[in-house]
Amino acid sequence: MIAIDLATTAVRDANRQLQSAADGRFEMLNPRGAHALACGLSAPLDVHVAGHVGYYCGGMNQHAAISVAGNAGVGVGENMMSGRLHVRGDASQSAGATGHGGLLVIDGNASARCGIAMKGIDIVVGGSVGHNSAFMAQAGHLVVCGDAEDGLGDSIYEAVIFVAGAVGALGADCVEKEMTADHLARLTELLAAAGLGQDPARFRRYGSARQLYNFKVDNLSAY
Amino acid sequence: MPQDTSGLRESYLYDRATIRDIQRAADEGIYRIRGFGAKRALPHFDDLVFLGASISRYPLEGYRESCGTDVTIGADRAERPLHLDIPITIAGMSFGSLSANAKEALGRGASAVGTSTTTGDGGMTAEERRHSAKLIYQYLPSRYGMNPDDLRQADAIEVVIGQGAKPGGGGMLLGQKIDARVAEMRTLPTDIDQRSACRHPDWTGPDDLEIKIRELREITGWQVPVTVKVGATRTYYDTLLAVKSGADAIVVDGMQGGTGATQDCFIEHVGIPTLPAVRLAADALRELGLHRGAVKLIVSGGIRSGADVAKAIALGADAVSLGTAALIALGDNSPDYAEDYAALGSAPGFFDEWQGGRDPAGITTQDPDLTARLDPELGGKRVANYLRVLTLEAQTLARACGKSHVHNLEPEDLNALTVEAAAMARVPLAGTTWIPGGAL
Repeated sequence: MIAIDLATTAVRDANRQLQSAADGRFEMLNPRGAHALACGLSAPLDVHVAGHVGYYCGGMNQHAAISVAGNAGVGVGENMMSGRLHVRGDASQSAGATGHGGLLVIDGNASARCGIAMKGIDIVVGGSVGHNSAFMAQAGHLVVCGDAEDGLGDSIYEAVIFVAGAVGALGADCVEKEMTADHLARLTELLAAAGLGQDPARFRRYGSARQLYNFKVDNLSAY
Repeated sequence: MPQDTSGLRESYLYDRATIRDIQRAADEGIYRIRGFGAKRALPHFDDLVFLGASISRYPLEGYRESCGTDVTIGADRAERPLHLDIPITIAGMSFGSLSANAKEALGRGASAVGTSTTTGDGGMTAEERRHSAKLIYQYLPSRYGMNPDDLRQADAIEVVIGQGAKPGGGGMLLGQKIDARVAEMRTLPTDIDQRSACRHPDWTGPDDLEIKIRELREITGWQVPVTVKVGATRTYYDTLLAVKSGADAIVVDGMQGGTGATQDCFIEHVGIPTLPAVRLAADALRELGLHRGAVKLIVSGGIRSGADVAKAIALGADAVSLGTAALIALGDNSPDYAEDYAALGSAPGFFDEWQGGRDPAGITTQDPDLTARLDPELGGKRVANYLRVLTLEAQTLARACGKSHVHNLEPEDLNALTVEAAAMARVPLAGTTWIPGGAL
């Protein structure tokens, strides 16, 4: 394990060290809410961040496994392509925004717009999510073990949402859908991958009604 | 026999286009979406003239004395600043909105004259990268096709907040233009009307933007410049905020800026013209002591000629950016396709159905038969020729004002022909010392 102490190392130098490594295990000490930590990684590293992080931790990650022993600021794992990012605490808004792949796990709650415009990433939230989560979500899965606030899945495309708890008002064109055997199997896999011991039978599935995919005057009230 | 309309009086308020708009709305029940840009008359660079050298000013010899045209973006922060040989770039236009051949042709043309072209919504195509010696990667709210590998291949990053044709509006790409490749790049089904978000998904406000720019620099190793593009509205403040956020350049797109598909009411009624926008942005940079310095100003929206280039630079721009004019140089609205335009209910000089996917010139379409009409090599030569002409024209005007570099042009070299232009550009009305509203 290679230690990088952010009390004495600039974020630029710390990221440069990680971005130039082909493999290895790293521990980032004293993050103190710094922004853009461990972003732009492109190799199968193991990175442990020992504390709270600011905005965009793990942004655009490729292949690396990053864990955060604390809370995460805005846009944790934004535009992730692959790999794994595990937040042990809570996450601020726009967690996993526009992510194309990989797995983002948040043990606590995630704030508003979790999974906004997600494009293939899988996100598993141990707690609840804020309003307008999975807004314009295109592909991937959002699993919420707690509750989801209003506007869930607004203008959703082909992403799939699973929620165990209460759901506020669904967003435009988002509807509850049948939980098929395939969906249940996928949900079970995601919960196991996240290490969350939840019963998949508690969850319901939500997705797009596909009624707003084309501009039609009949849909005027939805615009 | 065509109807004899001589002697009939057309209403100024309800002219034929307005009547047609009302009838179309009544027929279809939904607003009109179209391409091109604002068609209404607006104060513009045509309303300014240069004060060529005279007894008190000394001109440069047109065919002997050099007049520089280069501009460098990001020299202070980027390991690899973007150096342009000419102060004219190609604006961001998406693959999807444009055909792959059109994107390739723009890259070829820009590369031939040492300048850059720009990606658009939907990400970077391999052809575009291959044929663009200098390629700016747009970072848009939709993040369609966004990935760090392409980001690191870029020669600069442009964070798009808005565009002149629709400040405050998102994008749209109608289903008829979405083939399998476009859909895959955007991770969306084919044949749906794709919406591009109007807001970025993971930041709000200038404080967040500063952190976002820092993240982009971290991901790309501080190698390339980061610019910020806005549609012209509250331009003075937007410029201050872009600088505060750490941008290497601000790109200001006036309301005459083009679009692939936007509501007609949006195109014609939102934003301010390019003319005042240049001055407002330059004022903000001057106030910060950065004008012609560390932060560059790039202006777009209705740049058609070398005169427009020179006037924009004289008012404070470091470079200009072209969209619509570059497409026209490629062959858009060409009389060669008069019959095809007629079949679409249009005519050369009027065609603006860029959203429809049936472009006879093969530029704003994904139809294989139509895109095959555009030869990217020939198109690239046409674009390069056009850019050379603009550069030569701008140099000619700069030399006439005694300038050995186009960046030495200044507002003092201009007069206005109309009161409106004098007020917006803050240069005297010709024949007077009057600047309506006063100079800053």
